[in-house]
Amino acid sequence: MFESLSQKLEITFKKLRGEGKISVNNVEESLREVRRTLLDADVNYKVAKQFIEDVQKRAVGQEVLNSITPGQLIVKIIHDEMVKLLGETKSDLVFSQTPPTVILIAGLQGSGKTTFAGKLANFLKSKGRLPLLVAADVHRPAAIDQLQMLGKQIDVPVYIDRDASALKIADDSVEYARKNIRDTIILDTAGRMHVDEEMMNEVAAIRDRVRPHEILFVVDAMTGQDAVNTAKAFHDRLNFDGVVLTKLDGDSRGGAALSIRSIVQKPIKFIGVGEKLDALELFYPDRIASRILGMGDIVTLVEKAQETFDQDKAVKLEEKLRKAQFTFEDFLDQLREIKKMGPLSQVVSMIPGMNKLPANANVDDKELVRIEAIIQSMTKEERLRPSVLNGSRRRRISIGSGTTVQEVNRLLKQFEEMQKMMKNISKNGARRALRGMSLPMR
Amino acid sequence: MGILGTFQKFRNGLAKTRDSIVAKLDHAINAKSTIDAELLENLEEILLAGDVGVQTTALILDNIKRRVKEEKYESSHYLMVLLKDQVASLLHSNGNESDDVMKLPPTPRPHVIIVVGINGVGKTTTIGKLAYNYRNLGYKVVIGAADTFRAAANEQLEIWAKRAGVEMVQQARGSDPASVAFDALSSALAKNADILIIDTAGRLHTKTNLMEELKKIKRVLQKRLPGAPHEVLLVLDASTGQNGLQQARFFTDAVNVTGLVLTKLDGTAKGGIILAVNQELKIPVKYIGVGEQIDDLQPFDRKSFVDALFGSQDVSSEPVKG
Repeated sequence: MFESLSQKLEITFKKLRGEGKISVNNVEESLREVRRTLLDADVNYKVAKQFIEDVQKRAVGQEVLNSITPGQLIVKIIHDEMVKLLGETKSDLVFSQTPPTVILIAGLQGSGKTTFAGKLANFLKSKGRLPLLVAADVHRPAAIDQLQMLGKQIDVPVYIDRDASALKIADDSVEYARKNIRDTIILDTAGRMHVDEEMMNEVAAIRDRVRPHEILFVVDAMTGQDAVNTAKAFHDRLNFDGVVLTKLDGDSRGGAALSIRSIVQKPIKFIGVGEKLDALELFYPDRIASRILGMGDIVTLVEKAQETFDQDKAVKLEEKLRKAQFTFEDFLDQLREIKKMGPLSQVVSMIPGMNKLPANANVDDKELVRIEAIIQSMTKEERLRPSVLNGSRRRRISIGSGTTVQEVNRLLKQFEEMQKMMKNISKNGARRALRGMSLPMR
Repeated sequence: MGILGTFQKFRNGLAKTRDSIVAKLDHAINAKSTIDAELLENLEEILLAGDVGVQTTALILDNIKRRVKEEKYESSHYLMVLLKDQVASLLHSNGNESDDVMKLPPTPRPHVIIVVGINGVGKTTTIGKLAYNYRNLGYKVVIGAADTFRAAANEQLEIWAKRAGVEMVQQARGSDPASVAFDALSSALAKNADILIIDTAGRLHTKTNLMEELKKIKRVLQKRLPGAPHEVLLVLDASTGQNGLQQARFFTDAVNVTGLVLTKLDGTAKGGIILAVNQELKIPVKYIGVGEQIDDLQPFDRKSFVDALFGSQDVSSEPVKG
C-alpha cells in the first residue's frame, strides 16, 4: 500500500539529506520532485499544488535553517502536512441513541460497496452489535443475491424485497429491524454515476426518507484525478459523513485519499484491504501518512503483534537471534506466529523499510503454506542443521512436500540470506527499531 | 435503441469530458494570442487533470514545443490543432482503427476471448454487451462463467446472457475457473459456436497467485484448442488514475493482453491513462463503455475519441462503425 509513493519520496529525501544546509533553491527542487510524486500517486493536481505551497511555506522558514538535520526536518514537515490533509484524528462511526442506527452506503459502480457492506456487518457483529444488511441495489443484476450470499457467510440477516423500489426497501427495513431486534441497518445501494440525475435523485430520496445516522461514500483507491469530482458531486447531494477507501491491497498509491479529504473535508473512516470479509481496517491518518513517507505503519503492526504473538516464544527467539542460532525450527514457529497476524502482504507493508523492497518482491500467503510444507518434510536434524541437505535429501523433501527441488533450493538460499540478515541486524542496532515494535527482540 | 441513439450517448458521455477540459483550454487560448509558457502550463494542467500522467504529459508538451519552434506556429489557435495531432499520433501509431472491429476472420472457430481486469471495472457488464453485439451480427456466442469466486457472479452473468440471448456454461461457485473455461470451450466446440467469451473473477494485478490462476486458464484453453485464446481483453475503468498503467503491465505480462476496453466513460472521468498504456505497451483500445444498458458498448474510434476529448465543434457526423 502506497509503496511506490514512499519509494519516490525516499529518493527525493536522499537528495535533501546529501545537502549540508537547506536553501530556498534546493527546497524548491525537492518540492518539484514531491509534486511529481504526488501527481504520479494520483493526488489531484490542485490539491498537490496547495500541498506543495503549504510545505514550502514551512520549509523555507526559520525552523529549517536553524536545524542541524534539515533533511529529517523536511520529512517531518511533509509528514505533518500530509496528516493535516488526511484529517488529524480518526473518526469513529456515529450510533443512534435509539436503535436502529441506519448506515447508508453509496458510491460509483464497482467501487466495492456490496463487499464493504458485508465487511462492515462482520466488523459490527464482532463488536457485539446486531447488524441487518439491506439489499437496496435493485439495478445491478444479481446484486441482491450477492449480498444475500455475503450475509450467509457471516451469519448476518439480509433484508430482501425483490418486488419493491429501493426507496420502499430502505423504508421498510427500518420497521423490519425494529421487529427483529437488529440495532444497526446497513443499506447497500446501487452504484451510480454522479452525473446520472435520476439515480442521484433516488439515493437522495432514500436519504430523506430514512434519515441515516451515517452516510458513507465508498471510493476505489485507484481512482485518479476524477476522485474530486465524484466525491464533490456525491457530497453536494448527500452530505456524506465519511469515506471508505477500497482496494488498498493493490499497488495503487492512493492519492485519492488526500484529494478527497481536502476537497470535501470529511474523514476517511475505513479502508478495504482484500476480498475476504475480515479485510477491513479503520483509517488512521498518521499511520497512512507515515506509510506514504516510507516510515512504515508501526502502530498497526504492534497492535497486531501484541494480539497474536506468544511472548514466551518471542523471548526465546530473541536469545537465539542474538547467538545466531536461528534454525528452520524457529523459522517454522515464527512463520506460524506471523500467519496469525493476517495476510502476509499486509503485515509486510507495515514493517518500516519493507516498503522499500522492489515492487516485484511479492509476498504471497500461498507461498507461506508451501514453505511450511517444505520445512515439515525435513527431519529434525535437517531443520537444525541445514548443511546436511544434499541432493537426495532435497529430492525427498520436495516429494514429501509436493513441491519441486527448485523450490526447496530457493527456500534454503533464502534461509541462508535471512540468517545473514539477522546477524547484520544484531550488529547494526536495527534491533532498537524492532524493539519498539514489541516483536521478538528486546 | 438504434445506432444513432447509442452514438448520441457516446457523444454525451464524452461531451462531459470535453466540456471541462475544453472550456478551460478555450479560455486559455482566447485569453492569449501567442503560444507562450503560461499557455503551455495551462495545457499541462489540463492534461494532468485528465489522468494523462506526468510522463505522457511531458512527452506531449515537448513535442508541441518542438513543433512550435520548428514549424513556426505562433498563434495560440494552432495549439488545439497541434494538441489533437499529438494525442492522435500517440493512439494512431499503435494501429487503433475501429473499422469492423467486431468482424471476425472465417477461422478459427470458436474465436475465444478472455476478459480480464481488477475488481469492479465492469467485466461482466462488458461481456453482456459484447455477447449482445456479436449475436446481433449473426454470430453464435457462448459465454463461460469462470468467475467462480465472487458471490453471485454466476447469477449476474446469467442475467446478462439471457438479455443477450446467448448460452452460458457454468459450474458451482468455488470450482476451478480453468475447469470452467475448459468446459465452456468444449461446449462451444461441440455446438459449433463462433465465439466463446470467458468471464474471469476480478483480481488485483499484484496478487501473484490470482495471476497464476489466470495463466492457468489460458494454458488450459490452449491445450483444448491450440491458438486459443485469440483475444485477451483488459477492462479498464475510465476513472482509474496512474495505476491503470500498472494494471496493464501486470496483466499483459501474465496473459498477453491484446486489447483494452475503457468503461464508464459516461461519467466525468477522462480515461487519459490509455495514452500512457498505448504509448508504453502498444495495446489498442478496442471498445468503450458508455452506460449500463446492453447497447452501451461502442467500438473505440480514435478520431471521435480525440475530437471529443479535446473538443472541436463536431465529433463526427457519421455514426461509429460497428
